[in-house]
Amino acid sequence: MPEPAQRERLSVAILALGGQGGGVLAEWIENLAVASGRLAQRTSVPGVAQRTGSTVYYVELTRAATTRQPIMAQMPVPGDVDIVLASELMETGRAVLRGFSSADRTTLIGSTHRIFAISEKSAMGDGRRSSENILAAARRNSRKFIGFDMDRATRQSNSVVSSVMFGALAGSEAMPFPLEAYENVIRASGIAVDSNLAGFRLGYQAARENSAAAAEPLPAEPALAEPVPTTAAGRRLAERIDTELPHMARRHARIGAQRLMDYQDQAYADLYLDRVGSIARLDQEPHSLTDEVARYLALWMSYEDTVRVADLKVRSSRTTRVHQEIGATPGQLVSITEFMHPRLREVCETLPAAVGRTILRTRWISRFLGRFFQNGRHVRTSRLRWYLLLRALAGMRRFRRSSLRFVEEQNRIDNWLETVKRAVAEDRDIALELVRCQRLIKGYGDTFDRGLTNFEAILADYEKCAPTDRSAARIRRLRTLALGDEDGQAFKAELVA
Amino acid sequence: MAERSFKREVLKLEAGRGAVFRGEGILAVTKALLQSGVAYVGGYQGSPISHLMDVFADASALLASLDVHFEASASEATAGAMLAASVNYPLRGAVAWKSVVGTNVASDALSNVASGGVKGGALIIVGEDYGEGSSIMQERTHAFAMKSQMWLLDPRPNLPSIVAMVEQAFELSEASNTPVMLELRVRSCHMTGEFVAKDNQRPRMTVSEAAASPVRDVERIVLPPANFLHEIEKIEKRWPAGIAFVRDNRLNEHFGPDEGDIGIIVQGGLYNSLNRAQELLGLSNSFGDSDLPIYCLNVTYPLIPEEVAAFCTGKRAILVLEEGQPEFIEHELNTLIRRAGLTTRIVGKDIMPRAGEYTASVIGEGLRDFLREWSRDMVIAERMPSRVPAVASDIVARPAGFCTGCPERPIFTAMKLLEREIGPAHVSADIGCHLFSILPPFNIGNTTMGYGLGSAGASAFKAGEKRAIAIMGDGGFWHNGLTSGIGNAVFNKDDAVTIVIDNGYSAATGGQDILSSRADNPARKTRNPIARAVRGVGVEWVKTIDDTYDIKHMRDTLREAMQTPDTGPKVIVAQSECMLTRQRREKRVVRQALKDKKRVVRERFGVDPDTCTGDHSCIRLSGCPSLSIRPNPDPLREDPVAHVDNSCVGCGLCGEVSHAAVLCPSFYRAAIISNPTRWDRFWAATRGAIIGWFQGRHDRARLERAF
Repeated sequence: MPEPAQRERLSVAILALGGQGGGVLAEWIENLAVASGRLAQRTSVPGVAQRTGSTVYYVELTRAATTRQPIMAQMPVPGDVDIVLASELMETGRAVLRGFSSADRTTLIGSTHRIFAISEKSAMGDGRRSSENILAAARRNSRKFIGFDMDRATRQSNSVVSSVMFGALAGSEAMPFPLEAYENVIRASGIAVDSNLAGFRLGYQAARENSAAAAEPLPAEPALAEPVPTTAAGRRLAERIDTELPHMARRHARIGAQRLMDYQDQAYADLYLDRVGSIARLDQEPHSLTDEVARYLALWMSYEDTVRVADLKVRSSRTTRVHQEIGATPGQLVSITEFMHPRLREVCETLPAAVGRTILRTRWISRFLGRFFQNGRHVRTSRLRWYLLLRALAGMRRFRRSSLRFVEEQNRIDNWLETVKRAVAEDRDIALELVRCQRLIKGYGDTFDRGLTNFEAILADYEKCAPTDRSAARIRRLRTLALGDEDGQAFKAELVA
Repeated sequence: MAERSFKREVLKLEAGRGAVFRGEGILAVTKALLQSGVAYVGGYQGSPISHLMDVFADASALLASLDVHFEASASEATAGAMLAASVNYPLRGAVAWKSVVGTNVASDALSNVASGGVKGGALIIVGEDYGEGSSIMQERTHAFAMKSQMWLLDPRPNLPSIVAMVEQAFELSEASNTPVMLELRVRSCHMTGEFVAKDNQRPRMTVSEAAASPVRDVERIVLPPANFLHEIEKIEKRWPAGIAFVRDNRLNEHFGPDEGDIGIIVQGGLYNSLNRAQELLGLSNSFGDSDLPIYCLNVTYPLIPEEVAAFCTGKRAILVLEEGQPEFIEHELNTLIRRAGLTTRIVGKDIMPRAGEYTASVIGEGLRDFLREWSRDMVIAERMPSRVPAVASDIVARPAGFCTGCPERPIFTAMKLLEREIGPAHVSADIGCHLFSILPPFNIGNTTMGYGLGSAGASAFKAGEKRAIAIMGDGGFWHNGLTSGIGNAVFNKDDAVTIVIDNGYSAATGGQDILSSRADNPARKTRNPIARAVRGVGVEWVKTIDDTYDIKHMRDTLREAMQTPDTGPKVIVAQSECMLTRQRREKRVVRQALKDKKRVVRERFGVDPDTCTGDHSCIRLSGCPSLSIRPNPDPLREDPVAHVDNSCVGCGLCGEVSHAAVLCPSFYRAAIISNPTRWDRFWAATRGAIIGWFQGRHDRARLERAF
């Protein structure tokens, strides 16, 4: 590729989210240029985009000291930008998409961390976009790509992403200024100098290392090791898994057995393996059906009732995790308040089935009792009274088998597995899709009701269809639609169709 | 307290003759006003000229010392009417606002002042919010200049040109008795640069001197027969005087060679983009040494016939670069060319895009087409960069949204919850941060008709089966909403529900104080409650909610408003301070307290990943930037779990939502106590010991039944 014409200027575009300090960074770059005897101009488009939207800042400076005033542009021109700084991976991608970063000219400095857009966050399932494609495009469309996790550097240095970006700019050596000149700009600003310098240095280092090596790959999804049995009961279950289940399903089965022992007891884990085994016997290579059943059955059998929630909340590991998450330092004290909203229904579901059912069916009783469960509770688990209450609730695990919810869930599970078994005989792909529909059942309260209703509607639709009309594609489509929107308009329309 | 403080920058305004002034465009304009001996200044905030108002507010001491009167006007109409001070007296005055919306609001006053004419120089600085980053309808201020006959300046975007144009604008205005508009494009307002300063001038006459010796001239008042005379005067006296001034003082500029059979006429504000496009085509350099003759219109209205004729003579074709539509300049040029008996072909919107911003890339493409047609022998650099669409499908939009902890968000959460109960209602939205409700995740709002016009926008929907809901911000309320919306609803016996969102500031424009602000402002009278004003115009059903984060209260009040048998307008004043402004104030206090080793409690929220099932209902009902997602740590689950990052300000909405919508038990609120007292430590240690003992037992029991 031929070298592009060397201009008399350097142009720097900054793509950031409103509130990330892109303006401060642009100002630093301008000050750096002016202090080094260059002519410089900075522009931006603030406005409503400042409020969390993506924003472009632009700085233009003369490459060498000059006395004649050049005509400076007020915005980056695609293909004519020397340096692009982006504070986040999607913004890095946006710089490429808008043509600001070009293969022959641009040093592209972008963070590899993600700040998810609202459409990605609010999806009912997984709405995240591919980061790999953006990284590949960034490499393809830049002369030099410096990509690293600036968010991590920001947290490590307890600073702001703009100082890390400024450091990365210095480390990239894309501008003809010495390191001290950069640091002097931060010092001259007089605001949060120490933390900004700390962030600057981390950014500088990362860019230096990054320039030498290839850009850092995205951190892989944490692959959890297969659980290793620690008790006699565990070893027995592991042996059962290894003898009764195909290789493919063993990892999920082990995780499932582990979870269900923790959730209830050994006998419950055995029931789980019985159920998975009953499917495995009908399955064949590559045994993906058994694997998916092992996964989704474990999730379903460990449904989140009040006992389970209480159990998870009172653990010591939970206290440790909260302290880590909020970044409490040793000198600080932490108190925790939970937001719980047990309704009469959840309470009845925890009671013995006959009692719970009676209360729910008898209108005057449920109306009377319901008044006590109208409001959400602020449960302060760092206080003794609430802690002990939840601890006692967690202890109800021993009586779980007699609870109303247990009876209901086991019925649903058995029905589901029966349907799956019937489907295997017809079409393995259909059976696989029916298994995956379990994904719809999640959450609490209304969310749970909605998911369950959709799940049951898909199963009913399958049962209702003439055997010749049944297809895995339809079930998959229905499942996708059910996760598509909250109102379920498209889902309902498809059901009727 | 405005979002940005200019206390440090305003010191620059004191720069005297010969000093080099370095700063933002908006600050340079302010300095130019002071150098011009302005006697009074007013305006209404709004991007991109909000900072101009903030600079003036922060510079009040300097202004007072120069006897310059500054006023934060109630609306653009107020500001426009303020120019009346220049009608009878040699007072120089300037007003500023966001255009085209502000010009719409001010147009009544502008028509009047333009009709009667001015004695002192009257300057209207409009921040033209057109093109990328704009939040308003794409229209041109040019039309207002033409219809009312006010001169329109569009200076080349560099500070020396802008400053010179401000100074000459006053002279032009006085020479032609005509108000002058100075159009500043978005980027020029925020662009930095340098110019050589002059001394600040005290006004030749101050506003109090003028008031002390009133002058009355009935011929300046728009009333028959004077109004008919004004029209004639505009054409016969003011127009020729304006043209003569522009011509004699060479306000328009020429670049490039004197000779050539083709040329370019460009709006001053587009000149830099033109040069960049030419440079990339190999037709100029970075200093503007153009290969083509350029006639640069720093004055875009009126055009100067002699100058146009002289430039076009001997040229076969001219490319006109005129942004926006309709193409007023192009039409006028064609007329002028015909009148001058020339055959020059005017090329404009026939090859240039009819709509959209004229960026350097757009201009470059147009210029290439023009040269291909009219100058085949000209050598054009081939490398004009084009876009790379490779990753288009992976790049999602990032619409603007409510800030972390914004108190307006829970109002819309409550509306969504109520929508689940009683179905959707027609929602007439307003201008302000609250308009983000129309975007995901709330998707609430059917129309928006203008600032403060939320209630008026719902006025056609008289009581039927379901009441309409109108939203109004406190900024819009005081701008005009009290009369155009509330008063109108009372008078016409409307049944609609209006929610006035009272966050204490004109928040969307940068947190300026308004009448109902609860902050003390030594220069203004604040703390005038909206509820009192609403009652004052005759609304009987008024509820004030002083904590918008209390979603249940919010939802129940809204339900009551929708269902009450009471007739007449229902007004809910929903109050909670703008979190952006509050954080700016409180962060400083907390930082100091921590430094002084004082007890500080900070709250933030968190999500337990093992109880979160990844449905994201909470995000759909909140949309807080600090509420995000991350990979599910559970190896069996696929959907990412919700996650609260460290930017959480602990506003409490997450908890309230999970209660009110019965979501899930995953949210927790952590109170982090720094520098705890001995008492705190004692209790924490005691509780910790007991809870720790129970946790130990629990852990052992779990280990026993472990896998």
